[in-house]
Amino acid sequence: MILDLVSYGMFFLVTALSYAIICLGLNIQWGQTGLFNVGVAGFVAVGAYTSALLTTPETPGRFGGFELPIAAGWIGAMVAAGLCSAVVGAITLRLRADYLAITTFGIAVAIQLVALNAQGLTGGPFGIGFIPRPFGSLADRPVAFGLARLALIGALTLAVFWALERLARGPWGRVLRAIREDEAAASSLGKNATLYRLQAFMLGGAVMGLAGAVQAHLIGFIAPDNYVPALTFQVWAMLIVGGSGNNRGAVLGAIVVWGLWSLSGLAVSAFFPPGQQARAAALQIVAIGVMLAVILLLRPRGLLGEDKTVSRHVEGAEIGP
Amino acid sequence: MTLQFLADGLVMGAMTGLGAIGVTLTYSILRFANFTHGDLISWGAYLTLTLSLLIGAALPSAGAPIGPFSFGWPILAAGLAAMLLTGLLALALDFLLFARLRRRGTAIIMVIASFGASLALRSLLEFLYTPAPTYFSRELQIAIPLGAGIRVTPDQLCTLALTAALVAAMHLLLTRSHIGRAMRAVSENPALARVVGINVAAVIRTTWLIGGALACAAGVMLGLTVQIRPYMGFDLLLPLFAAAILGGIGSVPGAVAGGLIVGLAESAGVQFIGANYRAAIAFLLLLLVLLLKPTGLFGVRP
Repeated sequence: MILDLVSYGMFFLVTALSYAIICLGLNIQWGQTGLFNVGVAGFVAVGAYTSALLTTPETPGRFGGFELPIAAGWIGAMVAAGLCSAVVGAITLRLRADYLAITTFGIAVAIQLVALNAQGLTGGPFGIGFIPRPFGSLADRPVAFGLARLALIGALTLAVFWALERLARGPWGRVLRAIREDEAAASSLGKNATLYRLQAFMLGGAVMGLAGAVQAHLIGFIAPDNYVPALTFQVWAMLIVGGSGNNRGAVLGAIVVWGLWSLSGLAVSAFFPPGQQARAAALQIVAIGVMLAVILLLRPRGLLGEDKTVSRHVEGAEIGP
Repeated sequence: MTLQFLADGLVMGAMTGLGAIGVTLTYSILRFANFTHGDLISWGAYLTLTLSLLIGAALPSAGAPIGPFSFGWPILAAGLAAMLLTGLLALALDFLLFARLRRRGTAIIMVIASFGASLALRSLLEFLYTPAPTYFSRELQIAIPLGAGIRVTPDQLCTLALTAALVAAMHLLLTRSHIGRAMRAVSENPALARVVGINVAAVIRTTWLIGGALACAAGVMLGLTVQIRPYMGFDLLLPLFAAAILGGIGSVPGAVAGGLIVGLAESAGVQFIGANYRAAIAFLLLLLVLLLKPTGLFGVRP
């Protein structure tokens, strides 16, 4: 019993951390730069499918199956999702902000269509299985397996967090926030706003792709149904709840919202008869939607909110009259 | 090769155009891309369905189809009532959510909120009515041959005629009536409109009512000619945005023209490429417009 609970706890935390990585990617785009991406699920899917194609064993009738090491798959996922973001960004970042929203929404729809229909590339509606799982050889010892995975994903989340935190607090991050707050002022200081936005969009997309690959390898199986707009929406709820603009907020929001989501899932399976559970699951999404709206109305900063960041060279220095 | 896709595209395009009018009006007057618009379409269809079932239960003899059409007057009456209700639903959303965010003055937060509200509205429909598709009527319709291998059902012709009437009415409203002129003024310059004494709150209310009512009309037509599903409106969202941007944000004739172009392109795509990638065609059109002419065909504002 306790063993089950511990395994479940570790599984929960690993999944929550994989969402936290997506959320960190969105935080670069939205939190730091103010780029509104409604196609998160699409970029996550690109990462997941890329890594799956690179690492799975060969399958007749499907492209890929290179049996590369998992790390190579993850790097490939970042590159592919980053490139994909660069293309989308190059087209839309010079236009007004909500065109980016509509275009990213469209790209997610298009990517899902490819996943569903390009049977020779993505396996079609049945998806791709036999994706190698890290520490798969430990799978018959649940606690050791869970611990090893938790250590790996925890370390990865920390590494992504640390790198993004460095970037956000450094000159690059300050330029991003300057452009977000006042583009004219930033441009007049010689910063190429479009280029910085493109970099932020690419980096965010690459991180989302990495997270998609991580999720694919945790579960060992991917299908087009995983990458519906509801995923995008969950990630947005996580970032807004945690506090956009704050990397700690992104991680905290992911854990909190994933916790609420799992709890409400347990409630649905406890209180509804089996025949009605699929129907009741729709209520979970309604609840998350209402929660997002309430947070936007009552506490737009989220749980943690954005920290003030100034250069450490300015901090503590006398700013005279 | 058959030219049937032209007729199908025209019917689909008319409904897309009708929905896109609401998108383009909220976009230009309230200044944000409203992701809930597709779900207003679905809600309009389900409200009509529910009301028509209630009428049918109260007056069992009333349900007979009118002439060659598949529907009787309960659906027409329910549709009119549902147009009002969908308009009120849009107003309620504005009151609960958008108006409060508008006061803080960040349009992009409203887009996020509308994205959340969209998913909540759609999932609520899924909970209330289950995801299974349903129909207004199970009457079979005999398609009328129009020559050149084109066949249309009476319902499709009715859809086209109704769309033309609604678009003409919208055009007259915007160009000839006081509130229509006020709406165009707010769309051009909200600050200046306020200064000359235009009641901006009334303009916003009218915009939501009209947008909701037209969304409902599009939903009923979509339900009559295709089917009713909780995702019917959401799946139309990308074509709606493509039509509104293609026509030029703020232009009602542009939205209708954009809708027709998107509808025709989609059915041509289905004819020549296959149905699998139908949803991507609107997206490709959208990308082309954004790359080549972001102001759209009839628009001025990028």
